Amino acid sequence: MQLTQQSTMAAPAGPPAGRTLDVEDLSVRYGQALAVDGVTLAIEPGEVVALLGPSGCGKTTLLRVIAGFVRQAAGRVRVDGAAIDHLPPNQRNIGIVFQNYALFPHMTVAENVAYGLRARGFHGPDVQAKVSRFLEIVQLGAFHERLPRQLSGGQQQRVALARALAVEPSILLLDEPFAALDRNLRLDMQIEVKRLQRTLGLTTILVTHDQDEAMSVADRIAVMNKGNVEQFDTPVAIYDRPQTLFVNGFIGTTNLMNGRVSSLQNGTATVALDAGASLNLSAPIGIGVGAPVLISVRPEQLTLSSVPGPDAWKIVPGLALPIGAQLVHEARTADGTSLKIIEPRRTVMSDAARTYCTLAADARPTLFPRST
Amino acid sequence: MLVGVSFFNDDKITQPGFGQWAKFLGDPFSYKVIVDTMMLGVKTVCATVLIGYPLALVYLDASPRLQKVLIFIIVMPLLLSVVVRTFAWIVVLGREGVVNTLLMQLGIISEPLRLLQTELGLVISLTQIEMPLLLLPLISVMSRLDGNLRDASAALGASRWRTLFKVTVPLSMPGLVAGCLLVFASSTTAFISQTVIGGVRLIYLPLLIWQQSLVVFNWPFAAVVSLTLLVSVLTVVSALSYLGRRSGGYVHG
Repeated sequence: MQLTQQSTMAAPAGPPAGRTLDVEDLSVRYGQALAVDGVTLAIEPGEVVALLGPSGCGKTTLLRVIAGFVRQAAGRVRVDGAAIDHLPPNQRNIGIVFQNYALFPHMTVAENVAYGLRARGFHGPDVQAKVSRFLEIVQLGAFHERLPRQLSGGQQQRVALARALAVEPSILLLDEPFAALDRNLRLDMQIEVKRLQRTLGLTTILVTHDQDEAMSVADRIAVMNKGNVEQFDTPVAIYDRPQTLFVNGFIGTTNLMNGRVSSLQNGTATVALDAGASLNLSAPIGIGVGAPVLISVRPEQLTLSSVPGPDAWKIVPGLALPIGAQLVHEARTADGTSLKIIEPRRTVMSDAARTYCTLAADARPTLFPRST
Repeated sequence: MLVGVSFFNDDKITQPGFGQWAKFLGDPFSYKVIVDTMMLGVKTVCATVLIGYPLALVYLDASPRLQKVLIFIIVMPLLLSVVVRTFAWIVVLGREGVVNTLLMQLGIISEPLRLLQTELGLVISLTQIEMPLLLLPLISVMSRLDGNLRDASAALGASRWRTLFKVTVPLSMPGLVAGCLLVFASSTTAFISQTVIGGVRLIYLPLLIWQQSLVVFNWPFAAVVSLTLLVSVLTVVSALSYLGRRSGGYVHG
């Protein structure tokens, strides 16, 4: 392995040298419990994929299997098509940044970054040059001789990033890397990581429970629940077209209303809301006439109106809270469901008159079958 | 008191003077005893570390249930009196003891080894007797180490050995040094084990003190020997703890 040639940083002219990562039907067992239950993911070269889910959903376990710290009960992990399951962690060439950064506290910043290079048998000025270059990249050129405990959280994270990148890994894994940072710094670091990842063209997997983080950093998101991937799609698709109730509830805020399919035609279902209106919606496969359904609508896809109509239902307006440039209305329907409605604040009409709720023009509600 | 008594010439403690110091420091036999005692400490420390450090590593990798069993086994020697433990070692190491019988039956040796009243036997038994003193501080420091550090090291391409010597050992130094100090101080002064297993042929400073004070009743000389023991142990201990502090301050609570 040549230290100077492999660099993808030095020559941004070349195409990004990302690797594909395939997770095939992977299961992990802790005792009797299945922590990961038959997960399959095909990740493109240079892509950032976020594993998003509540704690205990198996996302960190999945990451640890890819890194080689945990052995799977079944399934395969491939990098560029070659299985890496038989390799111990130190032969996988996978970079990982831990939530607590796991910097070696007894080594200086430079020694930390040099650690992986030395472990690979490199010595002398090559290592020094490379350490300097990667510390420059993460804007810590002046911090070579500091100890990790003398750095702030953000700086420690940059060191951890430089340390992981210095060995030019084939895949970069980030385990809740921004969770320990305060809000402002978090956004800066997210931008920085994204920028680095783009320049290096590095296939990256990010584990997070923060949906905003997943939305802003990832190209695709795998929403996980109870060891399963519920949906693996782009952030926009996940937000606009959640495929399961779990995804629907986990991502963003949503309103759920009860209804019943009254007729079906060419994939369009007419749904009678329990709240008292009739809506034409695109129907998912496997829904029959008369089936009870849940209609999920994002708060910003509802509007208030003063005009009654077949597709408007009556509401009792509640509180209105200004949040930033938006106004959040709370309302209650005739069947007792409480709704959240978000509108731009410039709406001038008085709320007292607007006692009907209807779908906004661009609304894309989702139908889910409901068990009664 | 001890210092005062040491500056008397006669065993009745009537004539002040440096006579006992001169007698002790002028005798080459004294130096041999000092060196023997310190070497006994060093050998015991080496043996406990060689056996104890891998044990601590095993403990760290064990499942929580196994850890409970192990910690019980580790602490158990502390619950028994030193006298009991020492006599148990006489049974084990004696001419017809467990070790000799086993080795003879396996055909490894043709006649019993002399283990009692030798330094080897003494180091073996002290190693077991002092083991908890090494393991307890070592394990308490090591179990506070962040497990991610070992994973991080492996992910960066380091082998198990490299991780052990570059990450685990340096970071466990404070516990290791504390354990070594305890083992050293307590094995150099372990009068009971030294006399019962070492016998009277192996003379260490504690035995000398006992002889002079309770057999010969030369208290000033005994005081001189005690002070020598105190000073030599303190010297080694402070040197070690200085080294420990230099390599130590990196572990976060």
